[in-house]
This record gives sequence, C-alpha cells and structure tokens, in this order.
Amino acid sequence: MIAAGLLPQAEMVHWGFATGFLTLGLLLVAETVVGREVWALRPWRRYLWPGLMFGLGVALWPVMTFYTNSTIHMIAHGSWAQVLMLAGGAELGLARGKLHSQYWRLCTVLAMLVSGAALLAHEQQHWLFARAAFLHHLLGWTIVIGALFPLVQAFRPRSVVAAAGFAATVIAVSVMLYSDRDVAPVFGHLSPYAGVQHR
Amino acid sequence: MNANVAHDLHGTKAKERAAPLALRARLVLALGPVTALGGVAWAIVQPWRLTLLHPYGQGFWWLLTEPPLYVVLVGLLFRLLLAPGIVEDLQRNLRHEA
Repeated sequence: MIAAGLLPQAEMVHWGFATGFLTLGLLLVAETVVGREVWALRPWRRYLWPGLMFGLGVALWPVMTFYTNSTIHMIAHGSWAQVLMLAGGAELGLARGKLHSQYWRLCTVLAMLVSGAALLAHEQQHWLFARAAFLHHLLGWTIVIGALFPLVQAFRPRSVVAAAGFAATVIAVSVMLYSDRDVAPVFGHLSPYAGVQHR
Repeated sequence: MNANVAHDLHGTKAKERAAPLALRARLVLALGPVTALGGVAWAIVQPWRLTLLHPYGQGFWWLLTEPPLYVVLVGLLFRLLLAPGIVEDLQRNLRHEA
C-alpha cells in the first residue's frame, strides 16, 4: 500500500516511455534522411538508437515488477522487456559488426509482433470502454501492422520506404503513449465501470 | 602567403559559406524545432498538463511529470546535440561525392 502510494501513476510511466519512443523515432527519421553511410561516419552514432531500444527493454523490467496487477499484465510487460532487449541487442550486434546477417533484423519483427499481440491480449475491455482501452487496441494493431516495415528491411536493407515506415510507426507509438490517461473518455465514451475521471 | 593563394582560399571559404544547405540537411535541422514546436502547441492547447503552472496542492510525481516539456526537451536536445554533427557529416559527404 505504501509502495503503491510512492509510485508514479501508470499514465506517467506511459509518458516516460513515450519520450523514449519519441527520441527513438527522431533518431530513426534522421538516419533515414541522411542514409546509413553518413549516419555511421561517427562510430558512437551507430549505437544510439539500438542502445536506446535495448535501454527501453531494460526499463520495462521495473514496470513489470511494480505495475503488475494480474498475471496477464506480468506476462505482457515481461515479454515486452525481453523482446525489446533482444531487438536492441541484435541491432547493437549489427552496429558493432559482431553480427553480419541482415536477417538479425527479424528480431525487431519478432519484438513488434510479440509487443502488439501482448497489448491486444492483455486489454480485456472493448475499444470504447475508456481512452486507455482504446489506445491499447490502437497501439496493438499499429505495432502488429508496423512489423511489416522491419520485415521488408530484413530482406531489403536499403529500402527507404521501409525505414521511413518504421520510424513513422515508432513516432505514432510515442504519440499514442502521450495520449494515454488512467481514466479518461475516448470520443465522449467512458464506461461507468472505468472509474472516476481524475484529470 | 602568396596573395593569389590567399585570395583563392578566401574565395573557397566564402563559397562554402554561401553554398545552400542540401534539402536533407535542412530536414535534419528542422526535426528538433518541429518537435519542440509540437510540445509548445500541446502546452498551449492543454495548459493543465503543465502542473508547474498551478503547482499548489500537487504531489511530487505530478510536479515532476510535465509531458509537453518532455517533448520540447527532446526536440531541443536533438537540435543542439545531434543535428549539427549529422549535417556536418552530410555536407562533408556531399562535397566528397561532388
């Protein structure tokens, strides 16, 4: 009870992750605009977004620990942490040159499919129950469909359309996370079972 | 230094300064300010998201959590810390290719 009182609210955690994903999106857009060769001219820059992706995965572990109010939440947050770390780790390996095959990019596809599926599976309410429910459904489908972009990149690494699509997906995820509220209406709908809107 | 050489060097530097930025460089330079502007627009549309504007009675986490400012901060940091180096490398690469 005391620990719950000390923790930030779930929506604040979402906004923190939104900031991480916004940064990730900006880095991906910049890399897409200038191209991988220019991006890699400074060695440290190669590790920026893979490192951030890995870090976001690490940051999901405390979320799993402290924001678990059901088994399905724990499985969802735990699986996100694992697959984000896997995707970030694979990208770090590619950036460092320890991994060579372009098909390691499929780890990002797996991460997005698992994340999207977990979002859809752990949201038990319908779309218009409340804003959080709506955003969970929207996020889940956006991420599942957005997995097509890294899938294309695994087979066509120089595809600008795929790179831009991946970056746009990450920024869209960030905007949706910023839009999250613990209890708020969506398009004027708020179920009486959702609780009292506090802000 | 020979006056002709100095004149040429001066001309080259002036040309470099006057050379228009590539569209891609402009895009990279615009990314941060556009993001920051998005955060400012959000703060104007939903000022109650900035609890610092009305801090009385707010708890620690509400005072720490200012999402529109996070967006502005990300944009500014990108513009100030990353964009200059990226554009410099892009311009150098373009000159090398030319």
